[in-house]
Amino acid sequence: MSTMIETKELRFTYPADEGGQPVYALRGVDLEIEKGSFVVVLGHNGSGKSTLAKTFNAVLLPAGGKVYVEGMDTLDESLLLAIRQRVGMVFQNPDNQIVANVVEEDVAFAPENLGVPTEEIRRKVDGALAAVGMSEFVTHAPHLLSGGQKQRIAIAGVIAMEPDCIVLDEATAMLDPIGRQEVLSTVHRLNREKGITVVLITHHMNEAEEADRVIVMDDGKVVMDGPPREVFTRVDDLRAIGLTTPDTVDLLDRLRKDGWDVPLDALTVDECAAAIAKAVAGN
Amino acid sequence: MLKDITLGQYFPGTTLAHKLDPRTKILLVVLYIIALFCAKGLLTYAIMALCLAVCVRISKVGLKALVRGLKPVLFIILFTGILNLFFTPGDRYILEWGFLRISDTGLRNAVFMVVRIMLLIMGTFLMTYTTSPISLTDGLERLLNGLKRFRVPVHELAMMMSIALRFIPTLIEETDKIMSAQKARGADFESGNIVQKAKALIPILVPLFISAFRRADELATAMECRCYHGGEGRTKLHVLQYQHRDWVALGAGTVITAGVIVLGRFGL
Repeated sequence: MSTMIETKELRFTYPADEGGQPVYALRGVDLEIEKGSFVVVLGHNGSGKSTLAKTFNAVLLPAGGKVYVEGMDTLDESLLLAIRQRVGMVFQNPDNQIVANVVEEDVAFAPENLGVPTEEIRRKVDGALAAVGMSEFVTHAPHLLSGGQKQRIAIAGVIAMEPDCIVLDEATAMLDPIGRQEVLSTVHRLNREKGITVVLITHHMNEAEEADRVIVMDDGKVVMDGPPREVFTRVDDLRAIGLTTPDTVDLLDRLRKDGWDVPLDALTVDECAAAIAKAVAGN
Repeated sequence: MLKDITLGQYFPGTTLAHKLDPRTKILLVVLYIIALFCAKGLLTYAIMALCLAVCVRISKVGLKALVRGLKPVLFIILFTGILNLFFTPGDRYILEWGFLRISDTGLRNAVFMVVRIMLLIMGTFLMTYTTSPISLTDGLERLLNGLKRFRVPVHELAMMMSIALRFIPTLIEETDKIMSAQKARGADFESGNIVQKAKALIPILVPLFISAFRRADELATAMECRCYHGGEGRTKLHVLQYQHRDWVALGAGTVITAGVIVLGRFGL
């Protein structure tokens, strides 16, 4: 598999406020994100995960080290549009990323910027809306939609560029559980069906259950990196850096401490239930 | 309470007046204004009124809505009418009462002036009633495209206008929220005199402005992420295209305007 995004010794510093200390948001991050993978980046507030995401499409430029998007250096200004077309970004507040008054106009915004011919814009807009399951809302006003729907429109706006990778920067943080589920199932489907690489930045542990890979950030560094089962079973390490484990793992961990013979890596609710049932039956 | 504000005053519809290209409608309004100021006599004013009546009929906009548009400028209309009525010198005076004198030209001027302002306002309102703000912005951008040569930032202005329109509902919602939050902390917006009421608005405006700036910042980032780089090389999902009906409407408008100008020269 080829590499979608690669960072080398990536550093980033926010300049100091008056009288304050500069904030070292990233202190040497080395990552390689494979094409077509579904990666979740976890970390508590201030761990550097959002900063990391913003360096992936040159919204923020590295203060030290490099970021390569499909081999393109983000520091090269002439590649800016090409990089941003390949790595789309969805932000936290859906209201602040919708540009137009009509859904189709908003989805068309990126192709319009890229100078795509009119007939082709139409095709891309319809395709993108179908991909996020919002086809019936073509002529709706975005401000009348629910949070989850707005966020799906924002995703459609990014899909319309036909990117190879979508970065969701806490895109589910402001949504209710239903909206969050809508957005998650949409990105999972895009990842499965279109092979789009997904980088999901979040602090909700449960969103990481179905990921291919979980990266845990703390204090500007990658502290854990691996498949969800491996990362989430390191319960004590996660707690040490202020993260909670998924409810299922938490439950299994307590049962184990009480002397039950259950595995720690039953992440989903069904697996967890099955594991507990087995342990109970064996008793 | 803020939910009731309707902006842009657009009445959606599918009539010919709605379907015309926004550029056509803007140009027609310009022609209409020129013709109105060239109208001199009963005949030309009658023609203008008839034109407006026909357009209103086609647009199916209720007369009530159109008259409602006159309300905010009622004072100006009355003021102009009274000034013209009493202070136009003439050959013959119909009425003399102290220093107030009404001349025959004064009466004539007053009536025509009032009719002119009313027609002017109803005509322009008809355009905003039948054209959505977005297509109006789009039409203006295309019409003024030529000014780009003189370094007028036409695209930027149009983008600003459409983003402003887009954020009006969002900001109204936000204002509502802030007002509720301040009320919950005991703020009082209703009682007191004007100065006190104005002062009570400060705790609404400050957070509203701060959040608007934050929104602007985030929106700019989101736009850049979607490859926005100004108007250069930009294409459009909906390209405005003149249809037959636009040419017919523009032709008719030009002919009528020319006719009114000629008739007006003869004082008709």
